[in-house]
Amino acid sequence: MSAIQLIARAAAVVMVGLSLVGCGKSEGGAGGGSGGGGKGAAGASNTNDQGTGDIVIGHYASLTGAEATFGISTDNGIKMAVAERNQAGGVRGRPIRLITYDNQGKPQESQTVVTRLIESDRVVAVLGEVASSRSLAGAPICQRKGVPMVSPSSTNPDVTSVGDMISRVCFIDPFQGLVGAKFARENLGFTRGATLYNRAQAYSAGLNSNFVEAFRTLGGQVLTEQAYSDGDNDFSAQLTAIRERSPEFIYLPGYYTEVVNIARQARRLGIDIPLIGGDGWDSEELKNAGDSLNNSYFSNHYSHEDTRPEVQDFVRRYREVYQKIPDGLAALGYDAARLLFDAMERAESLHGRDLASSINSTTNFAGVTGMISIDANRNPTKDAVILEVVNGQPKYKATVRP
Amino acid sequence: MKTLINQARALSPAAWSVIPRALWPVAAGLAVAVLMHAVVGPNVPGFTAKMMLVAGINIILAVSLTVVNGFTGQFSMGHAGFMAVGGYVAASITYYGSIKFFGSADFAGGALSWTGSGPHGGGPLGKGDLLFMGSCLVGGLAAAGAGYIVGLPSLRLRGDYLAIVTLGFGEIVRVLLQGTPDQVQPWRAAEAAETPWYSLMLKLGGPKGFNLLPTYTTLFWVYLFVTITLIVCYRLKNSSTGRAFLSIREDEIASQAMGVDVTRYKVRAFVIASFFAGTAGGLYAMDIGAISASDLGFLKSFECIIMVVLGGMGSISGATLAAIILTALPEILRELPPVWPAGLALLAVMAVVQGAHRRWHPRSLVVVAAVTLVAELGRRYCASQGINLAEYRMILYALLLIVMMISRPQGLLGVREVWEIFGRRARRPGAVASPPGASSGVSP
Amino acid sequence: MTQFLQTLFDGVTVGCLYALIALGYTMVYGILKFINFAHSDVFALGVWMSITIAGWMGIGAAGQPTPPLYLALLVLLGTMVTCGAVGFTVERLAYRPLRRAPRLNVLITAIGVSLLLQNLGQRPFMFGPYPRSLPTLVESGTLFTVMGVPVRVSDVAVIGMALVLMTALQILIFRTKFGSAMRAVSFNTRTASLMGINADRVISITFIVGTMLAAAAGFLYGMKYGGQAKQTADSMWVMLGLKAFVAAVVGGIGNVRGAVLGGLLIGLIEFFGVAYLSSQYRDAYVFAILIAVLLLRPEGVLGRATVEKV
Repeated sequence: MSAIQLIARAAAVVMVGLSLVGCGKSEGGAGGGSGGGGKGAAGASNTNDQGTGDIVIGHYASLTGAEATFGISTDNGIKMAVAERNQAGGVRGRPIRLITYDNQGKPQESQTVVTRLIESDRVVAVLGEVASSRSLAGAPICQRKGVPMVSPSSTNPDVTSVGDMISRVCFIDPFQGLVGAKFARENLGFTRGATLYNRAQAYSAGLNSNFVEAFRTLGGQVLTEQAYSDGDNDFSAQLTAIRERSPEFIYLPGYYTEVVNIARQARRLGIDIPLIGGDGWDSEELKNAGDSLNNSYFSNHYSHEDTRPEVQDFVRRYREVYQKIPDGLAALGYDAARLLFDAMERAESLHGRDLASSINSTTNFAGVTGMISIDANRNPTKDAVILEVVNGQPKYKATVRP
Repeated sequence: MKTLINQARALSPAAWSVIPRALWPVAAGLAVAVLMHAVVGPNVPGFTAKMMLVAGINIILAVSLTVVNGFTGQFSMGHAGFMAVGGYVAASITYYGSIKFFGSADFAGGALSWTGSGPHGGGPLGKGDLLFMGSCLVGGLAAAGAGYIVGLPSLRLRGDYLAIVTLGFGEIVRVLLQGTPDQVQPWRAAEAAETPWYSLMLKLGGPKGFNLLPTYTTLFWVYLFVTITLIVCYRLKNSSTGRAFLSIREDEIASQAMGVDVTRYKVRAFVIASFFAGTAGGLYAMDIGAISASDLGFLKSFECIIMVVLGGMGSISGATLAAIILTALPEILRELPPVWPAGLALLAVMAVVQGAHRRWHPRSLVVVAAVTLVAELGRRYCASQGINLAEYRMILYALLLIVMMISRPQGLLGVREVWEIFGRRARRPGAVASPPGASSGVSP
Repeated sequence: MTQFLQTLFDGVTVGCLYALIALGYTMVYGILKFINFAHSDVFALGVWMSITIAGWMGIGAAGQPTPPLYLALLVLLGTMVTCGAVGFTVERLAYRPLRRAPRLNVLITAIGVSLLLQNLGQRPFMFGPYPRSLPTLVESGTLFTVMGVPVRVSDVAVIGMALVLMTALQILIFRTKFGSAMRAVSFNTRTASLMGINADRVISITFIVGTMLAAAAGFLYGMKYGGQAKQTADSMWVMLGLKAFVAAVVGGIGNVRGAVLGGLLIGLIEFFGVAYLSSQYRDAYVFAILIAVLLLRPEGVLGRATVEKV
């Protein structure tokens, strides 16, 4: 046996032994969780809060994997909110401690980290996730254990219907679909549209069907619905098919990672009609599109050009810390955390049910992404903005009210 | 000649004894499941219970894949596809069945599957449990049917080509599931109750995933299925069918020459493995409360394969061990605990084993000590520099995988089972020590 | 008619890219008999290295004039060299110790290498998790228009470069001494070693050539699409790699001409399927063709059926 082999073998053996040992002791502090069959009633209330010391809140997000940027942006926003709050003396005179766990963008891992946050780290509230599929995995656990969960940016309506512990600070897909349709139909006066969406992605497919429904209700006509999938980067076949039908605009409910390339390929094929999209477009990286996204619009949670002081303060501080213009996800993460702190101050106690009812009774909370009032379905009623893309830079165009 | 046949018949057990033999895995499963539910579950921290549950589902996946990849030597890369088929069928039956039979998609189980939300019937079993249990079994059967269809091409294909076909199958399942229409949500239950079964069952949510499922999966159900899977696969390994599987793995042509119906056994291996993968899919869906085809692509299949290979091709206990380790490892790498206790414990074990066998390898002891020291110093360095190891855990995981494959190509246990390591070797045909695929390795 | 021609043209261009990636799969398979799952990550590395190198040279950024051709070729060369080095290292450290191990182990190792490259590339000190814009190194204007189909410089560059590289490979394999050594090792490693061929060296060089082709494909991909590249852990790279792999299998794995044919075939089927059937089932077409080909002609269109000897 060569020395290298021996070392490699020993390393492997140590790691395996380590994992077995760690398995048993990976979490010492938390005793007596309810496991498979604890006791409690519907919407049970946790008593994770000890009344003194740090207030612990958890965040689960995709910090690695294909959707890493979403998690990182949101986490940046939340971190900033926590730091500011602690500087200002914390909540109820106690400092806040944030624990962020990565879930690699997987639902099953979301469940394990949410369980870990609640059972081992004893968090009083959970923030997360960006993607609805992961929020839908984490939400039942929060509901079961009676820990409030605030989703910063899951737009699927199903998420908050899991139960009274679950709320969010962003608007939902049907509303955003309606916003896009209204803008195309009424502001731009179009009647003939086409769509191109990612059929492997819950966000994109959901927004597409909501848009199509809303646009048809408003008297418009959707000539063709083309689809692509996660691995695709060549959209010329779909775009050629769209060109054949000569619509007045194309609705692109995708993420900016795809939209930039779709736009460039569309312009190359000689398609010069406006492109309209949703909040998935929002990113500083949109600048990569150059001039190919000119004459395009997307609906978003906020505009960083908004002159309201809270927006300008937020943008300035965010740029100081991260040297980036905050995207919508960062703003929503920031708002979710701040809304949570606000509810904590108002709550009778930090125990699950009290905190949840405090969150659910939030009205007119002045967030960066607008005035947030949580409705009976634990969704916020808030405005959406329409931004126009000019040489890769989003410019404020209009505000659409619900 | 006739007497010989009669003698052979006399050796075979009486017909009535089939029933207890068929039922004892279920009985053992029930015993283990009750133990997990009543003793282990309530007494371990909640996070550990959750990890045990996830590990259990992974054990079912790994052990069932061992039947195809380990015993039979075929290479399936579409295990997640079977899991998706079973999971979606089970989810569809549980969800729409709840709406049709009970009027709403809410949880309607008893104490055994109660996870802490909503009311429950009080008794150990509720009406919903039977539905859930049945749906998992039907899911398994559906997956087995898919396994039969996929197994058929193995008439013509072997080795890598079969692997590619199974990979293609998994991807096609994913694409088809993503093309299904929207789900009928719980608040539209009245509308769903009016819709006929056949159109309802296919409303699986497409790309949005099949969400808001009632959650029934508890340690009880998982370990019921885990135990049944383990016992069935273990008995399979030592049955005539299992010996046929192993002979196909060792040499397909020779076993054909010996009268083994190669095609039939290959298809059978696929069907058995798919059945268990399907039940695991059902448990997975009703654990998370949602199932989405995009999460059950080839990456999930790779995870299953890695467990099988790491455990040792054809070792049931090895696959089990690997499933446990690979479930725990990413969580441990999140916050690496001190390394030296594990290193010391390992040194002690090695010293004891080597002493008992009177075969000393001083160099191996030194190397283990050195690696432990380096790992511990590295960990402390990262901690002192504020380097967050959690961000590097996938890199560490990948490195570990490579190192493991190089340093121990036969996996943790090779073809042996845990209890065979220190005993006499090669007691039964299943334990004939010869690394799988050695005959089909790098040319000649 | 325009749509037909457009689809045909796009299918051929993308098919050329698939073919270049498929060549890497097929060469490694031909010589080592295993599926190198890390190949798609080398392709992604090629895309990102060309971005990085162009960045170092300060050329091709949005708004800048298109650099002269020799600079673009320099970027291509740099990309191919770095990726070749990575390919060499991977083979030396991860695959060579497994020369005598079961094939499945090598496959798992390849998956491990793939995970490693993906997750390393995503770290901030490498390429980072954010998508980055691809440099414009080749003029992207329209060269001429055939019946309403614009033929762009970058498309011509892709097809031309692919043809040049494939011809070079064909000459390397069938007209040089090293090529005979390669074919000998592929045919029977042990006998080739007995004949005085240094099999390890041949395998190393095959790996380097394969990864260099993937790197070139990555560069061309960047030229063709422009826009932005997704981060290395994105599933799109694996999916692209899988399609190229399917192309290699359909053409007949281990067969260089088969890989080219397969690449074109998959590209055309994909594009005609999307254009004339439905864009819903894009990936399903590719895999359905794969299964059909494997069932009707398991050795692939141009592959040679091997009879297993007892």
